[in-house]
Amino acid sequence: MAWELDVEQLEVRFRALQKTFHPDRYASKSDFEKRLAVQTAATINQAYETIKTPLSRAQYLLELEDLDASQETHITSDGQFLMDQMLLREALSEIRGSENAKEALVSLSIEAQQTAAKIQSEFASQYQQKAYNKAFESLAKMQFAIKFIDDINELEAELEDL
Amino acid sequence: MALLQISEPGQSPQPHQRKNAVGIDLGTTNSLVATVRSGSEVILPDEQGRNLLPSVVHYESEGVSCVGYEAAEHNSSDPLNTLSSIKRLLGRGVADIKTLGDTLPYEFTSDEGGMPKIKTVHGAVSPIQVSSEILRKLSGRAELALGGMLDGAVITVPAYFDDAQRQATKDAATLAGIKVLRLLNEPTAAAIAYGLDAEEFDNESQQRLVAVYDLGGGTFDISILRLSKGVFEVLATGGDSALGGDDFDHAIADWLRTELELGETLDVVEQRILLEVAKSAKEELSQNEQVELDILDSSLVLTRDTMYQLIDDLIDQTLLACKRSMRDANIKADSIHEVVLVGGSTRMPRVAEKVSELFGLEPKCTIDPDLVVAMGAAKQADVLVGNNSTDDMLLLDVIPLSLGIETMGGLTEKIIHRNTTIPVAKAQEFTTFKDGQTAMSIHVVQGDRELVSDCRSLARFELRGIPPMVAGSAKIQVSYQVDADGLLNVSARELTSGVESRIEVKPSYGLSDSEITQMLQDSVSYARDDMQARALREQQVEADRMLEDLQAAMDKDGSALLANSELQCLQVALQELQQFRDTSEDHRQLAAQIEIVGKTSEEFAARRMDASIKQALAGLSLDDALK
Repeated sequence: MAWELDVEQLEVRFRALQKTFHPDRYASKSDFEKRLAVQTAATINQAYETIKTPLSRAQYLLELEDLDASQETHITSDGQFLMDQMLLREALSEIRGSENAKEALVSLSIEAQQTAAKIQSEFASQYQQKAYNKAFESLAKMQFAIKFIDDINELEAELEDL
Repeated sequence: MALLQISEPGQSPQPHQRKNAVGIDLGTTNSLVATVRSGSEVILPDEQGRNLLPSVVHYESEGVSCVGYEAAEHNSSDPLNTLSSIKRLLGRGVADIKTLGDTLPYEFTSDEGGMPKIKTVHGAVSPIQVSSEILRKLSGRAELALGGMLDGAVITVPAYFDDAQRQATKDAATLAGIKVLRLLNEPTAAAIAYGLDAEEFDNESQQRLVAVYDLGGGTFDISILRLSKGVFEVLATGGDSALGGDDFDHAIADWLRTELELGETLDVVEQRILLEVAKSAKEELSQNEQVELDILDSSLVLTRDTMYQLIDDLIDQTLLACKRSMRDANIKADSIHEVVLVGGSTRMPRVAEKVSELFGLEPKCTIDPDLVVAMGAAKQADVLVGNNSTDDMLLLDVIPLSLGIETMGGLTEKIIHRNTTIPVAKAQEFTTFKDGQTAMSIHVVQGDRELVSDCRSLARFELRGIPPMVAGSAKIQVSYQVDADGLLNVSARELTSGVESRIEVKPSYGLSDSEITQMLQDSVSYARDDMQARALREQQVEADRMLEDLQAAMDKDGSALLANSELQCLQVALQELQQFRDTSEDHRQLAAQIEIVGKTSEEFAARRMDASIKQALAGLSLDDALK
């Protein structure tokens, strides 16, 4: 098993499964069967989301190796990484209210995307080599990076709404 | 255009096998009902050939006097007893009414539970009751046209409706004696009517993105869908369940009041007249550059440009919601292949113009925007009721607003995020705050704001009987389940002791099941005997369905999944049900028997579901998706 995902294949499988188990397929069945279908369809949706989203996929792969990755926040001991993150956060807070906020946000966003992609590829090779403790560390970094991207998007939304 | 389907001679499906299924669009301004005939969707008109039914109910002291066009005639003469735009109040609490209050010229009362009611000469009526009158009128129209009882209906709701508004819609249908197959989001219904899933797709992996912009009389929805062969997948939805063409009317009416120096103190009749003039001026300006208005002994001119100044802010609000939804779906405007316009208010050239500008596309509106939603609902109803077994259409919708619970300090803890595909189930664990704490109260809210007070309160319930433990050692698991209709179910369980509390989320201003039953029994529109006969007929249909279904399942999987003794047990239960079905005159007795067979067959149903899951996943593992 590897980290890389064939998104198209995942989507085709997902739709095929929902075509069989979605509650609409059970509309004329008994209430009990309808409830079963709702549960099954909810499980399929959850599986799809878990695999599709990089962060949850990484968590899930480590859980399969009996590492508890379900916690909301992990801690990384990589001092340089934490320092970089702090600088990025500072940059983000300075953008708010600055004159060329939109442009600055775009370049920060590109940087953040690159960081996230790099961490993900590190995770991929660590996972491949079964270096799960290192992969666990990368997962913690991934959480930082993705939270940061979310915050950028939020600010972008805020600026657009004005 | 859909082609007429003609069967081979001698092989035409027997008429009695076809079920009566309809789609109902319960609108703010107009409502309508549609069905599928010979493979294409048709609106069922009234006896005068009119498609629409104005969503207006007129009350007199004995009760409802009329619904629809007739009721609308009382608008100006008897405004307080002529209820229109009731959808704006459906599933709302007293607090919401205050903000909507000045746009709705009614007098309100609220009962103990806090559900607002409208004062009429007949007494106080709830928005659910009023809506059920409209639904009843439509189902009556459909039964007449189809020549028999309805087997089920798909009822459309704005995609942005929250749980309380959806539940209220479903309650109104139940009250009208309609079996609800599904609540369907209006934009999704429109996409179905356009058949956008079938266009230009050769294989399973081709797909395209479509935005459905739906501006009705009182609600606005935007849905971003990804379409592939036979699949409608909603990526994100947004909107405003209190913004629509009505608000344009009010903006114009306010302008008229200022221009004519009428002051603030207009009586209800004058207000209604002003609104009606505003509405017709708005409609006329869709055709002409300016319109001359004669009103309350004065006359003046309204130009398009002036009207645009009055309504542009409102339209801009809808565009903002469109942008938000695109962001939620993580797509840019230029990757959208098609924009579809739905809802009567999109007839205004200004709306189409601004939407076209935002998406950089000429919007599509080849199906009448007033009819398209009902037509899509009819198509879905036809599939759900089993008339169209060849159609493998699949709808994947999302929850429009996040669901969460209240935590310390009045903050919301989100449990299910907006735009999550439904059905969805999530569970979360909580613990006790104090030593020996034996109860915990849980407050479920819906909305995307941080503070509980800014979100919609859906329900409060208490979990009692937690065994006394040290603070922090009890484990309370709260499970949320949202079904395909977007309706929420919550249950809570203390994991170390198994204490369980299950509630169906019914907002404090909604109706309880027993209230609905009571209201159904009190309903004046059915004579007592009629109701008995109807109820018996419904149970017979249910029994037939069960007999047929279960027999087929046993023939297919019985020997593989059941032990001999289990199989015999089920066979006996079926025989007994058949006997009751053929002889019983009492619908309660028959219902009880159906329930028994249902219970007896649950284990079998569960095993069949497991077997088909195993089959669907046979030979596949996570490795197949992950390279």
